[in-house]
Amino acid sequence: MSTAEQNRAAEGGRTPTGVARGLTQGATGTRGGIGESTLRPDGVLKVTGEFAYSSDLWHEDMLWGHTLRSTVAHARIVSIDTAEALATPGVYAVLTYDDLPTEVRHYGLEIRDTPVLAHGKVRHHGEPVALVAADHPETARRAAAKIRVVYEELPVVTDEASATAPGAVLVHEDRDDHHSGHVPHPNIVHRQPIVRGDADAAARRADVVVRGEYVFGMQDQAFLGPESGLAVPAEDGGVDLYVATQWLHSDLRQIAPVLGLPEKKVRMTLSGVGGAFGGREDLSMQIHGCLLALRTGKPVKIVYNRFESFFGHVHRHPAKLTYEHGATREGKLTHVRCRIVLDGGAYASSSPAVVGNAASLGVGPYVVDDVDIEALALYTNNPPCGAMRGFGAVQACFAYEAQMDKVAAELGMDPVEFRQRNAMEQGAVMPTGQVVDSPAPVAELLRRVKAMPLPPERQWETTEGADVRALPGGLSNTTHGEGVVRGIGYAVGIKNVGFSEGFDDYSTARVRIEAINGEAVATVHTAMAEVGQGGVTVHAQIARSELGVTQVTINPADTQVGSAGSTSASRQTYMTGGAVKNTCEAVREKVLAIGRRKFGTYHPAWATAELLLEDGHVVTDGGEKLAPIAEVLEDEAVDLELEFRHRPTQPFDLRTGQGNGHVQYSFAAHRAVVEVDTELGLVKVVELACAQDVGKALNPLSVAGQIQGGSTQGLGVAVMEEIVVDPVTAKVRNPSFTDYLIPTILDTPSMPLDILELADEHAPYGLRGIGEAPTLSSTPAVLAAIRQATGLELNRTPVRPEHLTGS
Amino acid sequence: MEFLRPATWQEAVAAKAEHPSAVPIAGGTDVMVEINFDHRRPEHLLDLGRIPELSEFDTDSGSGTVRLGASVPYSRIMEHLRTQAPGLALASHTVASPQIRNRGGVGGNLGTASPAGDAHPALLAGGAEVEAVSVRGTRLIPIDDFYVGVKRNALAPDELIRAVRLKTATGPQQFSKVGTRNAMVIAVCAFGIALHPEVRQVRTGIGSAAPTPIRARAAEEFLAAALEEAGLWESRAALPPAVARQFATLVSGAANPIDDVRGTASYRRHALGVMARRTLDWTWREYRGAERTESCA
Amino acid sequence: MRVTFTVNGRQASADDVWEGESLLYVLRERLGLPGSKNACEQGECGSCTVRLDGVPVCSCLVAAGQAQGREVTTVEGLAGPEGELSTVQQAFVDAGAVQCGFCTPGLLVAADELLERNPEPSDGDIREALSGNLCRCTGYEKILDAVRLAAARTEGAV
Repeated sequence: MSTAEQNRAAEGGRTPTGVARGLTQGATGTRGGIGESTLRPDGVLKVTGEFAYSSDLWHEDMLWGHTLRSTVAHARIVSIDTAEALATPGVYAVLTYDDLPTEVRHYGLEIRDTPVLAHGKVRHHGEPVALVAADHPETARRAAAKIRVVYEELPVVTDEASATAPGAVLVHEDRDDHHSGHVPHPNIVHRQPIVRGDADAAARRADVVVRGEYVFGMQDQAFLGPESGLAVPAEDGGVDLYVATQWLHSDLRQIAPVLGLPEKKVRMTLSGVGGAFGGREDLSMQIHGCLLALRTGKPVKIVYNRFESFFGHVHRHPAKLTYEHGATREGKLTHVRCRIVLDGGAYASSSPAVVGNAASLGVGPYVVDDVDIEALALYTNNPPCGAMRGFGAVQACFAYEAQMDKVAAELGMDPVEFRQRNAMEQGAVMPTGQVVDSPAPVAELLRRVKAMPLPPERQWETTEGADVRALPGGLSNTTHGEGVVRGIGYAVGIKNVGFSEGFDDYSTARVRIEAINGEAVATVHTAMAEVGQGGVTVHAQIARSELGVTQVTINPADTQVGSAGSTSASRQTYMTGGAVKNTCEAVREKVLAIGRRKFGTYHPAWATAELLLEDGHVVTDGGEKLAPIAEVLEDEAVDLELEFRHRPTQPFDLRTGQGNGHVQYSFAAHRAVVEVDTELGLVKVVELACAQDVGKALNPLSVAGQIQGGSTQGLGVAVMEEIVVDPVTAKVRNPSFTDYLIPTILDTPSMPLDILELADEHAPYGLRGIGEAPTLSSTPAVLAAIRQATGLELNRTPVRPEHLTGS
Repeated sequence: MEFLRPATWQEAVAAKAEHPSAVPIAGGTDVMVEINFDHRRPEHLLDLGRIPELSEFDTDSGSGTVRLGASVPYSRIMEHLRTQAPGLALASHTVASPQIRNRGGVGGNLGTASPAGDAHPALLAGGAEVEAVSVRGTRLIPIDDFYVGVKRNALAPDELIRAVRLKTATGPQQFSKVGTRNAMVIAVCAFGIALHPEVRQVRTGIGSAAPTPIRARAAEEFLAAALEEAGLWESRAALPPAVARQFATLVSGAANPIDDVRGTASYRRHALGVMARRTLDWTWREYRGAERTESCA
Repeated sequence: MRVTFTVNGRQASADDVWEGESLLYVLRERLGLPGSKNACEQGECGSCTVRLDGVPVCSCLVAAGQAQGREVTTVEGLAGPEGELSTVQQAFVDAGAVQCGFCTPGLLVAADELLERNPEPSDGDIREALSGNLCRCTGYEKILDAVRLAAARTEGAV
């Protein structure tokens, strides 16, 4: 609906909000193909307020769903009394575990350990216990407040010591998942060692040995669009679900069995997604909304508020990391030993894969022949943790980069030069034994980021006094320059791209080309979740480049087409971009076949030349136009749906960690310039420069946006972002935007970029997944800069003022 | 829930008398958060947004006072009262975000009486009086008597805050607050200072470092005595560093903070000392008419 | 209760409004204007920013009844009568300031008001004016670019 239509609707009554429509975009002025900074096809809808996010959906006669969540972290549920809630006028349904329709009552990304509604026990603060559907959100809230749940509290396990202590309470009894056989304790979800060479022997060759213990706090994705969706019961007994997610088909696989429906009766359509960053890879309201819709026979909308959102999705694993690095006097690393303990919280989510990443990327982008790594994730009664941008590699990078600075200092060597001496390059061997078989310009990225001009000193000084907006503390007026010291820090990181460890990672694209009004136009249909990253922009660019068309329609993502895999792991441009390219190539061949059939006899070039589709024509590689595509097609349409896979990977050996586990690696380097009010412990990041190799920038404007956005999330966890969990009660202490702080525009500095494009010959267009690498190195670069300014060791992130003042 | 919409101040006062549990709402920046998050379900909401005089301020140069309507938004205070109430204007600039500053006013801060309210240290340092009105009449509550407990104030159930009265500043005032973000942040702790040269007094205010907003009286008395003794009010000479240090120590000592999710007690004490020293430095330099030290944002 | 006010130049009213509802809820759920967003509902993100009698406010913190008889402008009211994008809207699209777009409506309303008040803002002015609007995707660089671009285009047009 247009704005005007909406206003009319507002006048004359209400009409359902449009939930799904294609995005059609022609090119303006340029070809709009790959390599151009084509603008988003959903941009106009997003700036006019017309873009329908999952929380904007509306349906005639719709009810509001509400979730009652546990107020304690670990307890036996003695009883649940819903009678009074059910009797509340306006309430249509109240559901508990006992109301679930089938014997499938758990879900999970990898291990189905998460109850749809709590069964006899709650394992973390905020676990869903009951559902209410009512005619107004306030009615639903009031009714939920009338549900009486009697808890008998159980002891909590909150860290490695308590989780693995003799007699420790087991978070999950009777585990039978595929990791349960090899873990040393039932409260350990998964453990991955990686052993290569002989670290003990290498340690004897080391001239310096540096050890450190590091702590990484619990970060939240803090996407702005809250978890939400609309479930509409269908006449065939199925359900139509409109939802914001990262992976429709993974949701579907988990939802349908719980509802007792075949997958084809659960029709999912992606609604507008207000950011994701990993936090929508697990289910939130999906099953709950469907259950309420099927029970009441009415459409049900569920929208979490910000408080609930902090309980509605997994967070980044907090971690404790212990490292030992050795080096020779000449500045060559001899060995690395490390142990990474990740807190997975009460349910597994993607903890096993996070462990694999933390272990395999645990030494960073450096050549080290002798390594001894152990990574594991715990089950505790803390909030469940899973995917967030950087996925296990973030925590490791924070620690190994701090170590690199420490070793350099011990050697009296420049920290950038020390990194460069140990930097991996193409052909290097990872601790897993995998050979890095595409460009790995680690030393070059460091060189470039260091070569960027530094921001001027004392930028806060103006002729009218100190501009507090440019000083630590900002508008709070804490300093006019007193105590302010500048520091500069560097870091570089390595992130895998795509799903690893033998996962059958594929994407699907359906592409159609046809002639409409004498013009060849293309339609691209995938199930890719557009979460803001710009996949829809890139798909249209690929279709234009491959099919020579101008107008491309991107159909809504839904489950009527094959899986696109997850919008995570920096994989969508590679995978669904690759699928669109792959299908376009097949479509092109069909178009050419039709052309040859129709026109082959009129021009010899049809038979001999390498033919392309460009500017709406079939052209020879010499540029000769043979025929308009529209004339080739006439009334015929070419319509294909094909799957695309990246190179297969292997699982890591459970004992040695050896194996070609990853598809591709991505590298970024940062230089942070900070000013620290050393007396008050307040930090202003003055500049955060980044150099990154992107293989091929399909859309340079979007590439810059990804790098700057990712860098800012790394900055956030360096200086402010942390979910604080009470160590005694395992309850979350700051589930709000008042106390979980993310950077404002006054916390975020200028972020100059230097983008390198070294093609990976194995990837579509040579591209490299880019979304996550900048989130890795940003945090340690900021920490390094703060260390330089303060001279403090700072083994914990985020840094809080009291850590900098020693008070 | 009932929504009361008095059109005049008299109607508002009458409504509060009739429904003493009614929750007044003006900018809504506290009350609506509590309603949105299910923390509060009052029987009556008393909307004060339609009463023009609450959003007005008068400066009376004759009596040297500012009468600031309870609902004058912070954005107008920081813009229009920089001369008459510089401490409060600076504090107003640190409140939340531009959108919140456009709605919130000191009436809300006083009504909520949270120790973290940004206006309190400035009101304490400025020696404000709260004009409380009920059908029984009007009384002026000295700010020193206003905060009586954690999120509790001296208002009677039938009283509404009409305005705050402040003496027009006769000397420099400063305000500083620590938060862990450079904008839109709740105070970890805050400090306000006002020099009152006409009566040779110094007043202070501390926020978020005790169950209520408080003054650092020992620090005030020490500083006033030190200034008096050395004749500094007249000479406007530089402040001896030892005096500034002792002042900072006494401010620190006046606090009674706790550890919470926003910061530790010991950090709060430490930060108050730093802010006390710096803001004293800024105010004293301004008093001396020396180099310009104010901020320009 | 019934609430009537002007939104984007037109009279609008809603019946059966619960007294605890916010202006944001009424706009989104009762008036078919979901452009203003619901990211935090506690005044800490700016995604619900609208202009109330011309002044940018968080509509989540305005009680619906407080809007009675007032003038409200939402993101849906920024474009021209024929749907042509305003300068600041076009600049956000052109500069790449939109990713997921959830913060965009609030930022547009705030940026539009800034440029009306201060047609040539410094970077510091832009940062201060937008410091109540959180964005989680962009890192704000392209948002700064967009506001600079809108300011330059406005000046160029004068």
